Amino acid sequence: MGTKRRIARTVAAFTGVTVLLTGCASYGVDPGGDENSGEITYWMWEAAQLPAYQQCAEDFHAANPDIDVKIEQFGWDDYWNKLFTGFVANSAPDVFVDHTSRYGEFASRGLIEPIDDLVAADGIDVDAYVQGTAELWIGPDGKRYGLPKDFDTIGIYYNKTMAADAGVTDEQLKNLTWNPADGGTYEDVIAHLTVDQNGVRGDEPGFDKSRIQTYGLGINSSGGPNGQTEWSYLTQTTGWTYMNARAWGTEFNYDDPRFQETIAWWRGLIEKGYMPPLSFTEGGSQDQQMQAGKYAMVTEGSWTLATFAGLEGVDIGLAPTPIGPSGERAAMQNSLADTIFTSSPRKGAAWRWVKYLASAQCQDVVARSGVVMPALQSTTETSKAALAETGLDITAYTDQIDNGTTFPFPAVLNSAEVNATMVSAMDNVMAFQADPSSLTAANEKVDALFR
Amino acid sequence: MATTSRVARPRLSSTGDALRPDSNGSTRERLTALAFIAPALLGFAVFYFWPTLRGVYFSFTEYDVFNAPVFVGLDNYRALFADATFGNAMLVTVEYVAINIISQTVLALLIAVLLHRVTRSVFVRSIVVMPYLVANVVVALLFYWMLDAQIGITNQFLGWLGIEPVAFFGDQNLAIPTIALVNTWRHVGYTALLLFAGMVMIPHDVYEAGRVDGASEWKMFWRITLPLLRPVLALVLVITVVGSFQAFDTVAVTTAGGPGDASRVIQYYIFDLAFQRLQFGYASAVSVVLFVILAAVALVQLKLMRAGESDVA
Repeated sequence: MGTKRRIARTVAAFTGVTVLLTGCASYGVDPGGDENSGEITYWMWEAAQLPAYQQCAEDFHAANPDIDVKIEQFGWDDYWNKLFTGFVANSAPDVFVDHTSRYGEFASRGLIEPIDDLVAADGIDVDAYVQGTAELWIGPDGKRYGLPKDFDTIGIYYNKTMAADAGVTDEQLKNLTWNPADGGTYEDVIAHLTVDQNGVRGDEPGFDKSRIQTYGLGINSSGGPNGQTEWSYLTQTTGWTYMNARAWGTEFNYDDPRFQETIAWWRGLIEKGYMPPLSFTEGGSQDQQMQAGKYAMVTEGSWTLATFAGLEGVDIGLAPTPIGPSGERAAMQNSLADTIFTSSPRKGAAWRWVKYLASAQCQDVVARSGVVMPALQSTTETSKAALAETGLDITAYTDQIDNGTTFPFPAVLNSAEVNATMVSAMDNVMAFQADPSSLTAANEKVDALFR
Repeated sequence: MATTSRVARPRLSSTGDALRPDSNGSTRERLTALAFIAPALLGFAVFYFWPTLRGVYFSFTEYDVFNAPVFVGLDNYRALFADATFGNAMLVTVEYVAINIISQTVLALLIAVLLHRVTRSVFVRSIVVMPYLVANVVVALLFYWMLDAQIGITNQFLGWLGIEPVAFFGDQNLAIPTIALVNTWRHVGYTALLLFAGMVMIPHDVYEAGRVDGASEWKMFWRITLPLLRPVLALVLVITVVGSFQAFDTVAVTTAGGPGDASRVIQYYIFDLAFQRLQFGYASAVSVVLFVILAAVALVQLKLMRAGESDVA
């Protein structure tokens, strides 16, 4: 009897608990409100840009006394976790800096506000932005979610002293060629800049690849799904594309021989002793390694300009990415934008701030700060002049835009899932745990996410 | 507790209620007890019990936080057994726990014996516990830099000895042992202190008797210290093993599960699934499995080590 009653009680308790568990939460995204004034919160992750945007906020408040902008800055890693909790708890900032790798997810969940109507109503000219940047902010549903605020491309930082010692001229570095078969002059230079502990260069007899003093080329990571700074500047010149669309594709091309050949060549640099093994990427960052004289060259994004220009004790030069089989260079172009949180009660005020951020007044302030390249074309000359003060030849970055050799960041839906699969697959290839041909199976897994 | 109430009852019953002499007092006593327990109980209910129930419920659903959970029955659990990453995460975690617990327990025992038998200096004791006072994340980052293959100080020393650079965190075979030993370094002092406290409770005359009988320190450790320390050791092991299974922060700030899946311990996988990939239902299922495993491990440990009994008189 006792047991029976206990069972009955357990069942009753369990049912009660289930009812409780399922019945007390509300879901869906709060539609927010359109209030046109008050205090709005603005989040960003880039600390170096904070002073410029603080200035923008002050200027904005002077012109619009009815709106106060409170800026908060968090480092990249914390940023997205905080934002996520903010979304769940309905306490996300009214406006926040967004990334092309993330906003598709937010848009498809209705967490950020499309701005097509606002752009049309206020007559904003999207052609005034640097070519290719405005399109990056057209989401998977064809709607526009942001106005580009800045843009970035890819280039090669090199140690000028090491290049001079090796007899490699700036002219040579500006005219590098590359192909996946023998690596072209790009590989020649990488080999020549590699020095073992006996002082023997990578292309000289007696080179000991197991005891390296300086690697010709550094490595940041395996590159995961997009290889933004790692290999995208190579794969693009072979005619390869990520997927069956400019962005938001559903079928991927990691099984393409051109892609796998490029990765095989890139990985070959490790075998030859010209590039450190993937395992060396756990620890210090590329700029620290470069400062310590461990790398002669690294491929990096333009957002690192201030970091590399500021490295003490090393003389840094900047060169464009090599010319590939297509006969042209290639550099991935990305752009950040400010997006509006759907549940913000002050979307009217939020839009006025977003509009101001993308305007000539604010972008001019950003351009003069010389830490990033604003997206508005009218500010480009100001920006070039400010950035030139770093002493680096930023035409390595800007020529790619001017010559139309950039290609857009491959934004995808399910980005976290794609990332999980591709980081693991690329890590295994680069760590020599799997062959480049294993990327065909990874491609199948990624494709399956979209079926 | 039982003793206290037995002593208290007769005195209280004399104050009133002839029919049920101790009902009044015991109720009041219970209320008092409840009042004392209430804050802890509330915390337990709100932060542990309720989330656990919710977690179990979510494990039967597909849930991304933004939309209502959809009941999917046992689908998550079925997927789990076909998930190679989960299998790998379990293996990696077990490897981590084995290295961490074995090295930590042996070292802690050694340090505790030294503290107990050689020196009782408070200064030494505070030095031993020092690493534990540094935040986990700070320890992890410091080791991450010190153990860098190219610019880390450790490899600088190894280089002088003619040893080629070792990628402690980056080598797929070394990542987990490295992370496990970093955490051993941080926790060993604290564990040693717990064991030391247990040793202090062992009556001194047992050692004197041992010495009279001509036993060596080595023999006394195996015949006196270890057997009499058993209940404390059992408790310490349960706590450290359960804690070890939940390793997360060191991985999160260093390798983030990589390279590949080499250091994707189970807690990091859960975090990854839930907070990066928004698969809260599936992540809950993994958590429930971890919960069951931990409960079983703790139970087996306590049973095997007869933790409830003591051999001290």
